Amino acid sequence: MTTTEPIAMLEPVEDRGGVAQPLLQVNGLTKHFPVRGGLFAAKRTVRAVDNVSFSVAKGETVGIVGESGCGKSTTARLLMHLMPRDDGDIIYDGMTVGQSLSLRELRRGMQMVFQDSYASLNPRLTIEESIAFGPKVHGMADGAARALARELLGKVGLVPANFANRYPHEISGGQRQRVNIARALALSPRLVILDEAVSALDKSVEAQVLNLLADLKREFGLTYLFISHDLNVVRYISDRVLVMYLGEVVELGPVDQVWDSPGHPYTRALLAAMPSSDPDRRTEKPPISGDPPNPIDPPTGCRFHTRCPFAEPLCANATPKLTALDKMGHEAACYMAIPGSGHSRAPGEETA
Amino acid sequence: MSELPLSTTADAALQAAPATKARGYWATVGRRILRDKVSMACAIVLLLIFVSAILAPWLGLEDPYKGSMIRRLRHIGTSGYPLGTDELGRDMLARLIYGGRLSLVIGILPVILAFCIGTSLGIIAGYVGGKLNTAIMRTVDVFYAFPSVLLAIAISGALGAGILNSIVALTIVFVPQITRVAESVTTGVRNMDFVEAARASGAGPLTIMRVHILGNVLGAIFVYATSLISVSMILAAGLSFLGLGTKPPEPEWGLMLNTLRTAIYVNPWVAALPGAMIFAVSICFNLLSDGLRSAMDIRN
Repeated sequence: MTTTEPIAMLEPVEDRGGVAQPLLQVNGLTKHFPVRGGLFAAKRTVRAVDNVSFSVAKGETVGIVGESGCGKSTTARLLMHLMPRDDGDIIYDGMTVGQSLSLRELRRGMQMVFQDSYASLNPRLTIEESIAFGPKVHGMADGAARALARELLGKVGLVPANFANRYPHEISGGQRQRVNIARALALSPRLVILDEAVSALDKSVEAQVLNLLADLKREFGLTYLFISHDLNVVRYISDRVLVMYLGEVVELGPVDQVWDSPGHPYTRALLAAMPSSDPDRRTEKPPISGDPPNPIDPPTGCRFHTRCPFAEPLCANATPKLTALDKMGHEAACYMAIPGSGHSRAPGEETA
Repeated sequence: MSELPLSTTADAALQAAPATKARGYWATVGRRILRDKVSMACAIVLLLIFVSAILAPWLGLEDPYKGSMIRRLRHIGTSGYPLGTDELGRDMLARLIYGGRLSLVIGILPVILAFCIGTSLGIIAGYVGGKLNTAIMRTVDVFYAFPSVLLAIAISGALGAGILNSIVALTIVFVPQITRVAESVTTGVRNMDFVEAARASGAGPLTIMRVHILGNVLGAIFVYATSLISVSMILAAGLSFLGLGTKPPEPEWGLMLNTLRTAIYVNPWVAALPGAMIFAVSICFNLLSDGLRSAMDIRN
């Protein structure tokens, strides 16, 4: 870009907590959807997200993985305050929305890129107008917002002169997703939630967009929450990973620890289900059988016990809590990982 | 899998398809409709009728109110009276052209009014949803439950005869229909990701409705409203026919059809002329709205 005057960006939400303060803390996040049955049917609920807790440190990339319907996208929408949550706290840099942080400020501090690159752009607006919309909402003048939009188009690797005045249907999926990223960045967020942002792209474009995300993270000092079902992609981009099953977190920890020594049988099954490029290590048996149970009235106790090869009677009784596996923040919610839980494969009680 | 070999931004250069000239959505629609022969023919016919109605006093026509007992119900093609005369000996050509002024107004004005009211109600009901949606839509359904002809007659009858009252009556008839269309289109658009993204950027409901909803629903509602113009003209003609709209001796197509009814055995061709005008305008509006619909479906 060869502009003479500097491009103004919106002032990011102030860093109040310092480096030690996690950018995002989520405690007991819960969302249940009521299901309308027949007239006399009992009221039932889908437990889309059930008591999910985690935190995201500043500058970190946290991946969330899980099968379709495990509550990943619902979590994203809850974090964005796009739907009301039933319970739990969402703390952004030590501030709670509604108390020390207004919803409007949160919207600037946290942005989201959606999976469907076409549906997430208004077909009647040009790309420039779509990107400039957010800054204008936050009080930027039209001209400045458009200049910012063009600047950001350059940042995401699209030549502004060629793309600014185009409509979404005139460009390819990968280009549209770049536009969506630019739109998210237009509000100078510190946290960007990427909800399956690269899943719909073909492999080579996906790789380009992932590299772009890595570059942007460095340039703007971003923190990512990366939601995907693609384990390879999550491993590539994430520092830490969160494994979700039927609305619950079953395992979380640094990505290498989780990959090398998965603590939960579900994580093990997920990793085993990844196709290997080595023909000698081809997957002969399905690592996990059946579909996930209906999230309406999920199984009692550990929700995975219906499909778990190691399930024992105690698994159906009560939900295991996330328990630390090592000192690096690797946790799993499985009785086999809890010392003295009563499960035959559980490690012995430590006396220390 | 630690490094992906593809460069990040170097691929930007190969995206550089030739820069297209910035062309707005409506400009593209306009260009497409100009190429549609049927729509253009209809547009020309409508334009002729409109222009002649507006310029009626300056076209050198006979006085549309001046009758003569000795030259009643002349046939089409009589010298001096190219379209014959009506049952009171008034020049049909003049009355048809002057009649267009009133007929077009009571055909189009209610639709425009209903378009504004119905679109606002429908978008609000569709976007806000919940209890407000129920309140608006169930109220609208009450009106929708009546056949439109019956409703128009009932409201006109209650308000009393007159042009203004029939415009009001017709507006009330069309508001529910347009509201329903607007609401259903809006609910379709509301759940799309770009509306979510707009909410996520902190925009208020009014801004979202104006910037993101309106532009995406207006087209569909507009096409539907255009098709209502013909219905409105026919209903207006019906009201006048029943004596609830225009009063004689005012020239208006529906009223003329009514009064010429008695002459249908004597001079059927002349008696059918006002009906032919209503038919022509209605069908032109219908075909034009069809053309508009396909011109606005721009993705192909």
